[in-house]
Amino acid sequence: MTHHSAFSLFAKALGGHQDWPEQWPDAAPKPAYDAIIVGGGGHGLGAAYYLAKKYGITNVAVLEKGWIGGGNTGRNTTIIRSNYLYDESAHLYDHAVKLWDGLSQELNYNVMYSKRGVMMLAHNVHDVQSLQRHINANRLNGVDNEWLTPQQAKDYCPPLNISPDARHPVLGAALQRRGGTARHDSVAWGYARAAAALGVDIIQNCAVTAIRRGADGAVEGVETTRGPIATKRIGVSAAGNTSVVMQMAGLDFPLESYPLQALVSEPVKPTFPCVVMSNTVHAYMSQSDKGELVIGAGTDQYVSYSQRGALHIIEHTLAAICEIFPIYRRMRMLRTWGGIVDVTPDRSPILGKTPVKGLYVNCGWGTGGFKATPGAGDLLAYTMAKDEPHPINAPFNLDRFRNGRLIDEAAAAAVAH
Amino acid sequence: MSGYRLENGGRIDRNRPVEFRFDGHSYQGFAGDTLASALLANGVSLFGRSFKYHRPRGIMAAGSEEPNALISVDRGAGRFTPNLRATSVEIHAGLNAFSQNRWPSLKRDFGAINDRLGMFFPAGFYNKTFMWPRSFWEKLYEPAIRKMAGLGDAPTQEDPDIYASTYAHCDLLIVGAGPAGIDAALEAMGSNKRIILIDEQDELGGGALADPALWPWLERSRKALTDASNVTILTRTTAFGYYHDNFIGAVQRLTDHMPDNSDSPREKLWRVRAGEVVLAQGAIERPLVFDGNDTPGVMLSSAAKVFANRYGAAVGKSVALMTAHDSGWHDVFALAKAGVGIKAIIDVRTEVSSALLDEANRLGINVHLNHSVTGVNGRHRVTSIQICNNDDYLGARIDCDTLLMAGGWTPSVHLWSHSKGSLAWRDEIGAYVPDQPNENVRCVGACSGGWDFGSGVIVDMLPTPKDQSRIKAFVDFQNDVTAKDIKLAVREGFRSIEHIKRYTTNGMATDQGKTSNLNGLQIASTALAKPVTDIGLTSFRPPYTPQTFGALAGHAKGALFQPTRTTNIDGWAAENGAVFELVAQWRRARYFPKMGEDMHAAVNRECVAVRSSVGIFDASTLGKIEVVGPDAAEFLNRMYTNPWKALEPGRCRYGLLLKEDGFITDDGVSARLAPDRFHLTTTTGGAARVLNMMEDYLQTEWPDLDVWLTSTTEQYAVIALQGPNARKLLEPLVEGIDLSADAFPHMAIREGTICGIPTRLFRVSFTGELGFEINVPTAYGRAVWEQLMAEGAKFDITPYGTEAMHVLRAEKGFIIVGQDTDGTITPFDAGLDWAVGKKKPDFVGKRSMARPDIVAPGRKQLVGLLTDDPNVVLEEGAQIVADPRQPIPMTMIGHVTSSYWSETLGRSIAFALVAGGHEMMGGTLHIPMPGKTHEAKVSGMVFYDAEGARLHV
Repeated sequence: MTHHSAFSLFAKALGGHQDWPEQWPDAAPKPAYDAIIVGGGGHGLGAAYYLAKKYGITNVAVLEKGWIGGGNTGRNTTIIRSNYLYDESAHLYDHAVKLWDGLSQELNYNVMYSKRGVMMLAHNVHDVQSLQRHINANRLNGVDNEWLTPQQAKDYCPPLNISPDARHPVLGAALQRRGGTARHDSVAWGYARAAAALGVDIIQNCAVTAIRRGADGAVEGVETTRGPIATKRIGVSAAGNTSVVMQMAGLDFPLESYPLQALVSEPVKPTFPCVVMSNTVHAYMSQSDKGELVIGAGTDQYVSYSQRGALHIIEHTLAAICEIFPIYRRMRMLRTWGGIVDVTPDRSPILGKTPVKGLYVNCGWGTGGFKATPGAGDLLAYTMAKDEPHPINAPFNLDRFRNGRLIDEAAAAAVAH
Repeated sequence: MSGYRLENGGRIDRNRPVEFRFDGHSYQGFAGDTLASALLANGVSLFGRSFKYHRPRGIMAAGSEEPNALISVDRGAGRFTPNLRATSVEIHAGLNAFSQNRWPSLKRDFGAINDRLGMFFPAGFYNKTFMWPRSFWEKLYEPAIRKMAGLGDAPTQEDPDIYASTYAHCDLLIVGAGPAGIDAALEAMGSNKRIILIDEQDELGGGALADPALWPWLERSRKALTDASNVTILTRTTAFGYYHDNFIGAVQRLTDHMPDNSDSPREKLWRVRAGEVVLAQGAIERPLVFDGNDTPGVMLSSAAKVFANRYGAAVGKSVALMTAHDSGWHDVFALAKAGVGIKAIIDVRTEVSSALLDEANRLGINVHLNHSVTGVNGRHRVTSIQICNNDDYLGARIDCDTLLMAGGWTPSVHLWSHSKGSLAWRDEIGAYVPDQPNENVRCVGACSGGWDFGSGVIVDMLPTPKDQSRIKAFVDFQNDVTAKDIKLAVREGFRSIEHIKRYTTNGMATDQGKTSNLNGLQIASTALAKPVTDIGLTSFRPPYTPQTFGALAGHAKGALFQPTRTTNIDGWAAENGAVFELVAQWRRARYFPKMGEDMHAAVNRECVAVRSSVGIFDASTLGKIEVVGPDAAEFLNRMYTNPWKALEPGRCRYGLLLKEDGFITDDGVSARLAPDRFHLTTTTGGAARVLNMMEDYLQTEWPDLDVWLTSTTEQYAVIALQGPNARKLLEPLVEGIDLSADAFPHMAIREGTICGIPTRLFRVSFTGELGFEINVPTAYGRAVWEQLMAEGAKFDITPYGTEAMHVLRAEKGFIIVGQDTDGTITPFDAGLDWAVGKKKPDFVGKRSMARPDIVAPGRKQLVGLLTDDPNVVLEEGAQIVADPRQPIPMTMIGHVTSSYWSETLGRSIAFALVAGGHEMMGGTLHIPMPGKTHEAKVSGMVFYDAEGARLHV
């Protein structure tokens, strides 16, 4: 692996960039591994990296049915924040935010984490109460989140319309300054490159078709489209397809999969400095380093595995964006796409052990998994290495849907991810 | 030829000159010109700067696939639009266009330093650097990258234009009105089918517009279609996306081509549901990949023909052709006939048909077979080209001012792919063509791979003797992706075409790869030594071309963006100085300040008035559902936690609704009007949700129940009359109802008339006072309200708003679902055990209430909270701790849900959700706020008239 630096870029440039090595080798499956990760998105690649880096388990394979980072990792709007209401959630997402800080240096791969601030708008008295509750809880949890008046919000984000005559006037905003964005593809590639350097096999075009279990019920390996692979530890991190994989082990998972759309505008010069989210108006936006306005909305109403969403969702989203930011009405939509998000009954993830020995799961991130990428990877790795959850992810167990100890951020706050 | 305008020909109107401006200079074109054709006719070759290297760029194409010539148009205040294609902008008097992505000027652009340093900015360079020191990313590197990136400037003012939208249904939708689309329309025209024909250009014809021999046919066809009553023709309309079940989105551009901004909409969104779709989108010519292929003056050969034949503009005076396809030959023959000087034809092939050679010979054009262009000279315009024999690399220089490229054709399968139709690879044309449909759709003409352009060979790159790692041979012109970037990506292990695309950004520019995807695929195929079909194909994603946000938003703007719902009484409130708040989609009067009052003073006065005499409140926004049928009582019994079967007609009951997870989702007082008829009420925000939930259960879980649900929220105006004088005020106005306490007790309903209007009169109270809720048909709401105000004058009747309502109900210990509960609260948590039917066999959420954690101690429970300092009104949403001395992170045991100043009680009151709160009565809790920690004691929730004496009078 070539160490990335301005110097190596300069040196390679003089050689016409002819001798850059592969960022990660295209591995073929070996007969057996100490651990297998199913799903080569940011979460799965992150788990493989931390297994090798922090827990010394390097004989690891990441199995990806397509190309790494091709699912929700490469389809989301890259928002990073941790200003969640409940202690469990705040600790989970703040663990990730702490790892985001310095991730580029750790991976020697610029993931372009940009702490430009995430601002959530309040449009009515109920929103104000809800965001104040968040701010108060975050303050006592040591998570930064501050209240802005409408004028302060506009100062922070000049395109914002704060006219009191707006259909949904801005009554204030909650700002998390450490929130921001990162470059999604780079996260997947950076983890893949760093994991591969530590000995992890990144195996693409390799779909898992069955999970093999021994007489005691414990996992013994997987069947794949590229042959059987033996292992005692399987971590499933397959987003919208997790329920399909878990059924291979006879487990019914409380997940529903929905299409979630996003879109970008044509690139323009810097015009939008931060991330703004509005739950009441149902839209969120940032501007990528390339200059595109990156816009997301809510999920389609119906469950589906189709990665094409409905037009009316796009119409509503852009109407909402134009209400909050009227100067962008003449901007043009360049590209729309859809991803499949896996949603749990309480809209919080499931991260931990399963009833099947040796089978671990990381799923249910719904519309908000990107921000958790480093944290989810680290915690899945911990859980697989120790065969017990870390205190941070212990509350996010599967059992909570039986015992009722739900972590329902959406219900509690009426704030979507 | 004067300048670059041909003496004859074209579809422009030479009798109508048009003055316009580009980068501040005045030019003249003719009606019918695009900005591109008019500027070309004026000899302009430099149109813009590329995204990354800021290289000078000219025109490459003649249509919406143009990657280079992106410009901004300024139509006055708020009407600035960046990133338009010069090839799609029709000129009109006063058009004011600007080049982009350059500073200080198009000719002298400081950003072009990137081109000199380009070797340090290969694909993915940003992943490899800008990491040290860490803090420099946000302070220095990222802002610098952002400033260099982007194309045009974003608008800075609100757009004053309006946008329209509509739905359309048809039997046959034809997308593309070239010869194939027109033929399809002509053939279907005779049937009685409703046909819509869509084309993105300003007139029908497509490719035929550049072929004068077809114009007589085109004119006949246009007339026939225009005259047909069953054909709707939409020009300047782009079908941009193909959605489920033959649903196509299209945007029609209505005014941008006209000089003045009339009051008519700028653009219109068409949402078309079609029985059958015919796609006739044509094909797009492919550039060739060689060193210097982006120099201004290098363009597609088909584009040159369009400019000459359609617009009467010569792309140059001395034109060479580099081709791999017969179509290029035909194009230059047409140019020669139009009077454009043709210098040479260079064909990469060793053999071409003798007919082509004979015609070239006849026209006196030099031909170089088995040759390639290996270099282009000139910075702002081609001055000469270098060609080489493909075998021995012996070369020659040819002086010319324009170089055409003909690299073959790519069928436009964009919409087909949106519809998830499958594609098949055809080696002989080196492209994907439609295979199996996924909707009721067919492709015809060039977009199906059927064309009469002749044949050719597909080359990934032209042969060159140069070191390929040192040349700039562009694949994606707008994003500055070169062949060596694609090879670098492959070298670095990116093997899937999706990875190559994302690493290099090939095909991700505003043209979405229309001219670059297939060349990128071929180059990757060679680099990987794998067939193209093994590398995959990137997804085609809507929209086909970029579409305006405003058009997608349509009418949903300002007041029409989620129209505000108002009650029949809203006008009275507005006239009487109400301050409003937005609740769900409604606007509601929050308080009615008198002269000089702030909210605090007004609310205090309103609360005292209700407690001492009578207040009047507009409760019309309450959700209402009429539940009718023999099984109505059984249905409600299954939905709500409490029993309904024994409720007598004429009586009301408080109902508590849970979700399946056992948590409270809604509540409301409902009345039984008859054995088979109930009048339900829901919270204001929950009306639609509750109806949906009930319909869901009725239709999917219990289809055997004989029950009908009807939303009646907007059928009734509801006036709450609350206070000790409520009955006295009402008595003279009501007929047919005995209002006496015995005949009409608390929690009862009677039907009669009020002020002569039929009413459902509830005796209920959300204030703790004697109270009535008067339901009358909506249209009579304000009339009844005003009569009550008139009659009530003698009781000093006081209108009150939602804020006083909140205080009054809190004094009495009534909760508001969604404020005091939050979707994690069970009836037991909320202290509403009494509302749960202990003997009921089942109701929605019952099973979940038995889950271990739901019955475990330590759950958050709703309690009253009284601050030690009675003057402190806690902040709603404030967090509660048991030990205020802990360091952060502190253990939070709950939060304040409601908090008010109670003028009646002369102190503050609050509700809070507190872990184990029901067991903490009298205990002290701490509320740490910035700068000060408050203390409060846990109490019951009923602060006023605990025994209910004031209700039962």
